[in-house]
Amino acid sequence: MIEPRSEAEMAEAVAGLSAPVEVRGGGSRGALGRPVQAAETLSTGGLRGISLYEPGALTLVAGAGTPLREIEATLAAENQRLAFEPMDHRPLLGSGGEPTIGGVAACNVSGPRRVQAGACRDAMLGVRFVDGAGRVVKNGGRVMKNVTGYDLVKLMGGAYGTLGVLTELAFKVLPMPEAAATLVVRGLDDVSAVAAMTAALGSPFDVSGAAHLPDAGDPAAARTLVRIEGFQASVAYRAGRLRDLLTAQSRGEVEILSEAADLWADVRDVRGFADRPGAVWRISARPSDGPGLAASVPHLAARYDWGGGLLWLLTEESDAAAAAVRAAAARLRAHATLVRGPAALRASAGAFQPEAPALAAISAGLRAKFDPRGLLNPGRMSA
Amino acid sequence: MQMPQPDAGILGRREAIVARLAAALPADGLVSDPRELLAYDCDALTVYSCPPLAVTLPRSTEEVSAILRICHAEGVPVIPRGSGTGLAGGALPTADAVVLGVARLNAVLETNYADRYVRVQSGRTNLSVTGAVEPDGFFYAPDPSSQLACAIAGNIAMNSGGAHCLKYGVTTNNLLGVTMVMADGEVVEIGGPAMDAAGYDLLGVICGSEGQLGVVTEATLRILPKPEGARPILVAYDSAVTAGACVSDIIRAGVLPVAIEFMDKPIIHLTEAFVGAGYPMDAEALLIIEVEGSPAEIEEQLEKIKAIAETHHPTTLRESASEAQSKAIWAGRKAAFGATGQVADYLCMDGTIPTSALPETLGRMTQLAADYGLRVANVFHAGDGNLHPLIMFDANNPEELRKAEALGADILRLCVEQGGCLTGEHGVGVEKRDLMVHQYDPVDLEAQMGVKDVFDPKWILNPAKVFPLAASQGRGA
Repeated sequence: MIEPRSEAEMAEAVAGLSAPVEVRGGGSRGALGRPVQAAETLSTGGLRGISLYEPGALTLVAGAGTPLREIEATLAAENQRLAFEPMDHRPLLGSGGEPTIGGVAACNVSGPRRVQAGACRDAMLGVRFVDGAGRVVKNGGRVMKNVTGYDLVKLMGGAYGTLGVLTELAFKVLPMPEAAATLVVRGLDDVSAVAAMTAALGSPFDVSGAAHLPDAGDPAAARTLVRIEGFQASVAYRAGRLRDLLTAQSRGEVEILSEAADLWADVRDVRGFADRPGAVWRISARPSDGPGLAASVPHLAARYDWGGGLLWLLTEESDAAAAAVRAAAARLRAHATLVRGPAALRASAGAFQPEAPALAAISAGLRAKFDPRGLLNPGRMSA
Repeated sequence: MQMPQPDAGILGRREAIVARLAAALPADGLVSDPRELLAYDCDALTVYSCPPLAVTLPRSTEEVSAILRICHAEGVPVIPRGSGTGLAGGALPTADAVVLGVARLNAVLETNYADRYVRVQSGRTNLSVTGAVEPDGFFYAPDPSSQLACAIAGNIAMNSGGAHCLKYGVTTNNLLGVTMVMADGEVVEIGGPAMDAAGYDLLGVICGSEGQLGVVTEATLRILPKPEGARPILVAYDSAVTAGACVSDIIRAGVLPVAIEFMDKPIIHLTEAFVGAGYPMDAEALLIIEVEGSPAEIEEQLEKIKAIAETHHPTTLRESASEAQSKAIWAGRKAAFGATGQVADYLCMDGTIPTSALPETLGRMTQLAADYGLRVANVFHAGDGNLHPLIMFDANNPEELRKAEALGADILRLCVEQGGCLTGEHGVGVEKRDLMVHQYDPVDLEAQMGVKDVFDPKWILNPAKVFPLAASQGRGA
């Protein structure tokens, strides 16, 4: 494993490569994407440390290899956090390693709060990276608003290390709320659950999470969750209003939990699928299409986040199942990512929904520009 | 500011090019009369102007595609134009270019409240997007000052923000998908109604690319439920430093207002003379802080803000008690540009700085203005550090324009030096094109230009913008 200790060393290392490498942060998300054929690993683990943190400006800058845990602890000490609530892939993928902020950015990892606070890419203010030719490139900065030139920050977020090796990232952070409440409705079927979440998300009560966890064995045990956060009195007021709204919507009992961090960690990390065999799909769709999409595909289990707009499906590990998921997604202008599956299936079915030919050509063009020698995670996003 | 020499070959083929466009468009879709072309010779950066070769006003994506196919084949530069309200010269034509105005593409195509998006044609004005969904309790969040006139197409090109983006983000955070016509006329769909898309974040790159990567004809925009209510508070201080410290303390305390606007003494006096909003004339700095929610939630947040504001000893603290008082508090802020325009010509800068650098930057800016002998009034989005210094000058005096531009450049360099950037929401256009070297190294610019190479290999879309001419010279040839 090559592990440069500085950005300059990273640039030197990439410039000197003569064969493809697998780019790696903490290794906890290495099984995302198509398998990379590379004999050598290039680690960002040596690019570690928070170089700037200004709580009053809601800004943090850190090396790509900085453990997420270190960043979250630093923020928590000032009562702040990364608002996009990044998923921890380790339980689902059965992986080890220490998640890094670079890995979070490279995979644009977001969680339930995506519906309110945006995705990882929305919180990214600036990047520094080493492109495939070994050049150090910077883009964006550390300020909230910036339209100075093209936004390569977004391009690098979710590029899975195929356009450059991230070396440093600047993030917008947000205050930790004083209080939170989670409303729980039991026994809703998927369609009713999405309708209830839609009513909540369409209300002025600033919902910061809306998920539905069906229970295939016991329909009455299905849970629909709606979260709000903020100052104490405000949370109490909105919880009351949302309880009325959800009661009217679902004609069922609505329970209010003041402490539900574990429940949301379960939603975020899709823990219900962690110990079950099968392929795990992440499907991004219009919320109202979620239940129909699930019903149209043979599956072992389903879960909904983002008010129904993020559908997690557990299916058989087969090309046929993959083809069914992809076709169902394509019909609804949704897209399906194979998040967990055997390497052979990720290679044959691809991890990501195939792009339209015109977009695939642009993507290939960008790869050729940023990594002309095809050295960085080749094949991870598409064959 | 220099623009490239118009291509003599294109000028020589003017009639043939106009004829080809005429054949592809309805009679009212093409403007080629030299007198009518004058209406399109500049955008809101009026100090630079040049009539184009022709103007096209398509009514459909197919017509946009036809125009681009012709221009691509003829090698003619195309200048995409929304409503022409841009402040950076992003829609400034050259004599050999065809302007592609999307103003007639103004329909709402789909409204979907369950999935919380609206799909509109890109020439639709920003405010009328909210207008289309407001009766049902929703709104489109980005709210640039020009929102009555500016088009969504231009908002996407410049990744526009507004006063309320502290809470809701800018265009890129509220854009779900686009229908875009590539330089060669091919129509592509990027993103869609879902919250994210497969593959690279091409949407993120297109947003803010100043019309250089494609012409957006339709946009899917995220809409949000309207808050129950909103109320501003006005706080004035006897020093800008204190006001800056107050802003920082509010943010640190975990209160996230929807807007924190800052006005300095010169702009307070200008707006007071113009609209008489009742602002305190003794103040050195004035903050307008707005919060949202139910009456009780507003009360809770304002109590916290007032408590913080009091610790800095404000000279005035005025809470709105009615809709009329809220309007009065905002009246001066909203009239700031108009009030300045009444007394002088002005250049509006748009640099962004880390909020922690506010006091020092303001102090040094005042010194710079004094050195140039020019007046500068400051009004800006303090919560996100996006400054709008208004440099006042006399446009009939070429020497004053030169000085104003030089001061503007110095101010933007100061913003970069403080850890900020040249432009927060107006875009680079031609205005800040040659200042890009102060923020980006050649390798940084090369990476960005490489993206344009991929989308528009012939560089016909809005060339001579964004990148310094010396850097982009010879590309696309």
